Amino acid sequence: MTSTESLIDRRQLSYIAAQAADARLNVELETEGMTLNIGPQHPATHGTLRIIARLDGEQVVWAEPSCGYMHRGYEKLTEVRTYPQVTALVNRIDWLGSFANEVPFILAAEKLMEIEAPPRAQWIRTILFELSRIANVSLFLGDLGVQLGAITPVFMAFRDREYVLNLIEGATGGRFHPNFDRIGGLKDDLPAGFVDETRVVMKKLRNFCDEMERLLFGNEIFQSRTRGIGVIPKDVAMQYGLSGANLRASGVDWDLRRDQTLPMAWNKVDWKVWTHPDGDSFARCWVRLQEVRESTRIVDQLLDAIPTGPVMAKVPRIIKVPEGEAWVSTENPLGEMGYYLVSKGDLGPFRTKIRSASFNNISIVPWVLKGVYVPDIITILASLYFILGDIDR
Amino acid sequence: MSTDAVAAIPGDTLRERVVDDLRAAIGDALLDSFVRPGDDVWVRVRTDAWRSAGLALRTLGFDYFCFLSAIDWMPSPFGKGEDDPTAPAPERDDTIAQGYAGGDTRLQVLARLVHPALHVGVNVKCDVPDTDPVVESWISVFAGANWHERETHEMFGIGFAGHPDLRNMYLPSDFEGHPLRKDFPLLARIVKPWPGIVDVEPLPGGSDDEEGDAE
Repeated sequence: MTSTESLIDRRQLSYIAAQAADARLNVELETEGMTLNIGPQHPATHGTLRIIARLDGEQVVWAEPSCGYMHRGYEKLTEVRTYPQVTALVNRIDWLGSFANEVPFILAAEKLMEIEAPPRAQWIRTILFELSRIANVSLFLGDLGVQLGAITPVFMAFRDREYVLNLIEGATGGRFHPNFDRIGGLKDDLPAGFVDETRVVMKKLRNFCDEMERLLFGNEIFQSRTRGIGVIPKDVAMQYGLSGANLRASGVDWDLRRDQTLPMAWNKVDWKVWTHPDGDSFARCWVRLQEVRESTRIVDQLLDAIPTGPVMAKVPRIIKVPEGEAWVSTENPLGEMGYYLVSKGDLGPFRTKIRSASFNNISIVPWVLKGVYVPDIITILASLYFILGDIDR
Repeated sequence: MSTDAVAAIPGDTLRERVVDDLRAAIGDALLDSFVRPGDDVWVRVRTDAWRSAGLALRTLGFDYFCFLSAIDWMPSPFGKGEDDPTAPAPERDDTIAQGYAGGDTRLQVLARLVHPALHVGVNVKCDVPDTDPVVESWISVFAGANWHERETHEMFGIGFAGHPDLRNMYLPSDFEGHPLRKDFPLLARIVKPWPGIVDVEPLPGGSDDEEGDAE
């Protein structure tokens, strides 16, 4: 009996000793915390964004993006330009999907002028809008691999995006900055052969999506690095005004292409709004992949039924927008992009508030990075998907 | 209010009901409203009710925070920055005229909230006194207002009481002035004449175009 008792004693003692050693070790390993600067020049940021993260060991205790390296003051500049000149500026907000930036501004001006583009112009606008979404988001899908250490996807993305850019260039003359949308319609009609060419490219892009799905989304490393990481619940996403795929990945069924009546052609075709209930990095990437597929479907259907007719409504040669205020937003590649336009009946806007998607999307970073591990910072930022021109404007 | 019931209401009735609901919630703090049928709603609330108006709208279901900014209604004393620097300064109209839902002050805060089920947005405005340009912060109502208020503070010089950290977002911390106020000159236009003054060039062989003439 005595020997057993002492055995238990010894076991208990060694247990207590082990506990104490553990505790001591933890005390010794407790770090003072360090501040980690990511950026302003960092491959994970599309542009110059700096993220300041205070770490405790490998964990982030506080993080804050620091913007302004690229602020160009477009809101002030629009006040000294005429309405037709503004599209050249707003093109450069989200430079990967430039055409999509022009559309809400033009629609806001048209709303105040109470004119509407002819059906053919609406159709072509929608096609070009979706093409810029495909160009934009396919680059995101490729870039996603780079953030996780996979090099191949980005080459494939650049290769296939080139086809789409060629289409946009063929129609508008500009690869990145089309400046093609006009108040009352479009600068020009589609070039000959555009429809057939586009069909071929859409097929290529669908193959690209399939490749990406196999290469990335089915990959074990990709899944373990993104699933359950950076979860944004529905109510938080709404409070921060997240939009686009970031909001839909949190389970909110919200797509401005479907949910509002705009003089565009989205409601003329059949397509689906994809959502994901998880709200993690994987969900955000997955929703974007599905969106590229839907966009190719939208474009294909629109190509079947482009109405004939003019691409420009009758507008005065000198455009004066009547006094009033208007808000128009569209579902851009990055999310909700809107313009609050105040006109005083002048040649140029009195005030333009540019509501860009990335500004809201990235304002959640301090919240979502709290408590994550350092390698996950990059995947979360990549999955939130922002463009610096869209934050700083 | 079920979705079916909403679908049966024509657009403007729905939007007018939003205004009525807000008036029932905040009473005479709702100063003015404007509804453009089938399009949008503008409301103006009393300055001291700014936060409670946001809270009331959130309770009414407008829980999507779209943006927060401000408008400076003073016409720019510099025009479009296209003046000839050698000529005497031109006479400019400097009357301050506010837009939809009226107002009394030069600066107004403007925010937009959206009802995610009805897909109706509300533009909320409130006057900002010139002498003490401070309104309550919306952070406790919408966490996303944080950055928008910082931007508005920096660009318009409007303070937000209760905001924990009104640092500059874009400009250096020792920058003087508020760039989006109308009396802040656009220096690029002043140091060098703007080459884009001639907007509409005459067409070759075309007659002189009258303003407002259809193409």
